[in-house]
Amino acid sequence: MKFTASQKVLALIFSFGLMAGCSSTGDTMGEDGMEGGSGSGSASGQESGSTVFGGDDGSGVSSSEMTEQERQEAEARAEAAQTEAMRDITTFYFDFDTAEIKQEARDVLIAHARFLQANPMQNVRITGHADERGTKEYNLALGERRANAVQRFLIVNGAARGQTETVSYGEESPVVMGSSESALAQNRRVELVFE
Amino acid sequence: MRNQANTSNTRRSLLVFVMMSLFAVPAMGDELLIRITKGADSAIPVSVVPFSESGQMPSGDKISRIIQNDLEMSGEFDPLPPEQMLSLPSKGSDVFFRDWRLLGQRYVLVGQVSNAGGKLEAQYELYDVSQEKRLVGATASAPVSASRTLAHHISDRVYEAITGVQGAFSTKLAYVTLERRADGPLYRLQVSDVDGKRARIRLESDEPILSPAWSPDAKKLAYVSFETGKPAVYVHELSSGERKRVADFQGLNSAPAWSDDGRSLLMTLSKDGNAEIYRMNLASGDLKRLTNHWSIDTEPSYDHTGEGFFFTSDRSGGPQIYHKPSEDAEPRRITFGSRYNARPRPDSSGDYVYYVHMRDRAFHIARTNLETGDETILTRTESDESPSVSPNGRMLIYATKSGGNSVLTVIAADGGAAYSLPASRGDVREPAWSPIVQ
Repeated sequence: MKFTASQKVLALIFSFGLMAGCSSTGDTMGEDGMEGGSGSGSASGQESGSTVFGGDDGSGVSSSEMTEQERQEAEARAEAAQTEAMRDITTFYFDFDTAEIKQEARDVLIAHARFLQANPMQNVRITGHADERGTKEYNLALGERRANAVQRFLIVNGAARGQTETVSYGEESPVVMGSSESALAQNRRVELVFE
Repeated sequence: MRNQANTSNTRRSLLVFVMMSLFAVPAMGDELLIRITKGADSAIPVSVVPFSESGQMPSGDKISRIIQNDLEMSGEFDPLPPEQMLSLPSKGSDVFFRDWRLLGQRYVLVGQVSNAGGKLEAQYELYDVSQEKRLVGATASAPVSASRTLAHHISDRVYEAITGVQGAFSTKLAYVTLERRADGPLYRLQVSDVDGKRARIRLESDEPILSPAWSPDAKKLAYVSFETGKPAVYVHELSSGERKRVADFQGLNSAPAWSDDGRSLLMTLSKDGNAEIYRMNLASGDLKRLTNHWSIDTEPSYDHTGEGFFFTSDRSGGPQIYHKPSEDAEPRRITFGSRYNARPRPDSSGDYVYYVHMRDRAFHIARTNLETGDETILTRTESDESPSVSPNGRMLIYATKSGGNSVLTVIAADGGAAYSLPASRGDVREPAWSPIVQ
């Protein structure tokens, strides 16, 4: 999948919007999880949900249970859709001379990891990049460090090592030309390429 | 399309093509232009009198003109324009020292060049004006097609007679040009004279080419090419165009640096987990790991002893220069002046190490005196990369930005005079100054 320049810019704008959305949704999900007495994941959420309901009594409960089930299904569908939407984000940004995965990238990367776990035949190429500042060879190593950080994160969250491949381009493959702060920020990145 | 995104080239690996130098004479390259931007204040006044000529002369620059350019480029000389000369002698007996003293000249070079059956022969003499003494009187010859070689040879002799330091005008530059075309980038590894002339393309690829490094005999280049879609280290023999992929392990294969005997390469590999420095025996392919740290260790370069090496490591939190006096010694940190110092290149005397130094968000070339530890920032430009020291230690070439493009700039190693070598189009980067070959 090759993106044109304008598509990339659009994707970028879209991803910033989405990321803002994600972090607030993330909070809500956390609260739901606490109510259900369990972490995220629709299957385990349902299980714990039904255990809680089993302790309740009265006929009114069954109708409410139906409603609750529907609600959970809708929630699962929404979550799946959201996961799907999150997976549209395949570029992750870094601060200068660091390989630390930013907080807002984590949910998206988890979505990718789950997808890889669910699709064992799917492979992903993880390309690491640096901005033009500093030396080319150090940036090559820095790009690799970034790609490795993302690779580790995907593996910890369910992807198999064999599904991933990393390559660093250092500063050789900028997305945006120029030396403006915004250009530099967009070039310090890791891209996931599903093949 | 400027300011527009490059197309993502992570998948272009399949489309790579490599133009091998299969012919004795490789394709003509992009000659670099010379733009002298600053002369040294202490430049020595010297007159290169246009040589008298007999017989058919090659087209292009005259021999004496090339010598004049060489001397001016070095920054150490301030040649007198021929139109200001009071006389144009071509042999010692016609030199009137009073004329040259009047013009404030310290040295005068005179000569004659003739074409004898397809061979250029130059007779030249260098005079010290104040002592009225001949310093050099010599003859040199070369095929007509090698007139520039002949001129650079004379420049070297003149330079050495006056400064006492071996000249480096007969050396070569390797560099990478990048042209951003509508259908993607085009990288070219090229080799030219130090004045940017006689450029020849050695490798062409639409994937990045990085880090050219000269073998000690100046017959081979090692470099990093992404032509297979990932970085690998190649050794390329210039005369035959033959090349060999010497390192293509999982992960990084980068930053090649030759040993003094030309038998080994230091290089950065990440096959064991993260970027570490190894020495590869080129005949056997055997590897010895020379660093062992969770941080990035890269950009190795042998020191003047040929035993130890400098490298970049971010083991302190950011990239800094380290030195290992021998392969098994503990590394010693060299730079402390700012939070980013990288890509060390020591001179051949062991006096200084040159590197990229960040200060106030700008990247300059700096050097550290290895005896005192004193650090000097040498450049005023702000996006400086890839310093390479001339083999006689007197000059330094590096890449910087000018008008949105990357250009090469040459400065005196103490930060004096400068000239730039822009490409006719696109970027020129990653310069590597060849050793002196006899």
